[in-house]
Amino acid sequence: MFRAVFRLSSTGARCLVRSKPSISAPLASRCYSHGQVETDEEFDARWVTYFSKPDIDAWELRKGMNTLIGYDLVPEAKIVDSALRACRRLNDMASAIRILEAVKDKAGPHKEIYPYLIQELQPTLSELGISTPEQLGMDKL
Amino acid sequence: MLATRALRLLGKRAISTSVCVRGGHGVAKIEAYTLPAYFDRRENPLPDVCYVQDLSAEQASLKEKEQGAWAALSNEEKVALYRISFKQSFAEMGEGTAEWKSVIGGVLFVVGFTGLIVMWQRKYVYGPVPHTFDPEWKAKELQRMLDMRMNPVEGLAAKWDSENKQWKK
Repeated sequence: MFRAVFRLSSTGARCLVRSKPSISAPLASRCYSHGQVETDEEFDARWVTYFSKPDIDAWELRKGMNTLIGYDLVPEAKIVDSALRACRRLNDMASAIRILEAVKDKAGPHKEIYPYLIQELQPTLSELGISTPEQLGMDKL
Repeated sequence: MLATRALRLLGKRAISTSVCVRGGHGVAKIEAYTLPAYFDRRENPLPDVCYVQDLSAEQASLKEKEQGAWAALSNEEKVALYRISFKQSFAEMGEGTAEWKSVIGGVLFVVGFTGLIVMWQRKYVYGPVPHTFDPEWKAKELQRMLDMRMNPVEGLAAKWDSENKQWKK
C-alpha cells in the first residue's frame, strides 16, 4: 500500500517539477534586496584601508576594532596587520596585545585559526616588536 | 527667537557654555557617570578610556619609552603597559567565579529554614488530623474497598487473593 502511494506521489512530484521552470540562479542573486553583496576581498580591502590611514587617531582605532570584533568573523591577517601598524603609529603597545587577544577570542572553538594568524603576522610582529599574549604569559591566569 | 539670534551673535563654538552661563548658574558640574567608562568586555576589546588614569612617575616614564622602538621593551614592561591600559586580560575576563557555591549554599540554607518553619507550624498551628486517619479506621476502609472489589482488573482488588484472604504473591 505504501509503495503504491509512493509511486503515485513520485509521479505527481515529477509532474510538478516538469511544469515549473527550474530556477538555477547564480549565488549572488538573493531575493532579500536589490543591493550588491560585498565580496570578501572588498570587505578586507575596506578594513585594511581604514586602519592604514596615516593620521588615524585613537578613537578611530578603538571604534574600528570594536566594530570589527562585533562582526561574525575572524579578521584576515592583513586587516590585523594594518590595525597593529595603526597601534604603532599611535604608540599604543597595550592595544596591539589586546587586538591579538581579541582575535584569538573571536576564533572561539576553532583553535587552529589563531596559530595560523600568528604565523602570518610573525614578520610584522618581529618588525614592530610586538609580543604575543602567549609570550608574555597573559593567556594563562 | 530673540534668544537664538543673540546666541548666533556669540558664535557657534561658545554656545554650549554660554547657554549655561546665561542661566546664571555657571557651567554645570560634570558627573562621573556621564563620562566614558572603562569596562572589560570580550565584545568591546578597546574601551573608551585607559584603566589607569593617573600615572605614577615610573608609569609615565614607561609611556615615554613606548614612543620608541618596542623591541627595546622587556616583557615585564610590556605587561606593565598592558596593565596601565587594561584591568583584566581576556583570560582573566573569562575566568569563572566560585559564586555558584554561595548560591547553592544559600538556597539549601533557606530551604532548610523553611523546613523548620513547616515543622513548627505542624506542631503549634495545625489541629489534630481527622479520626479517619486512625489505623483501625484505615483497616476498615481497606476492607471495605476490597469488599466492593475496587479496581479489580489491575488495581487494588486485583492484588488481593479473596479465597486465602491475603495479598497475592
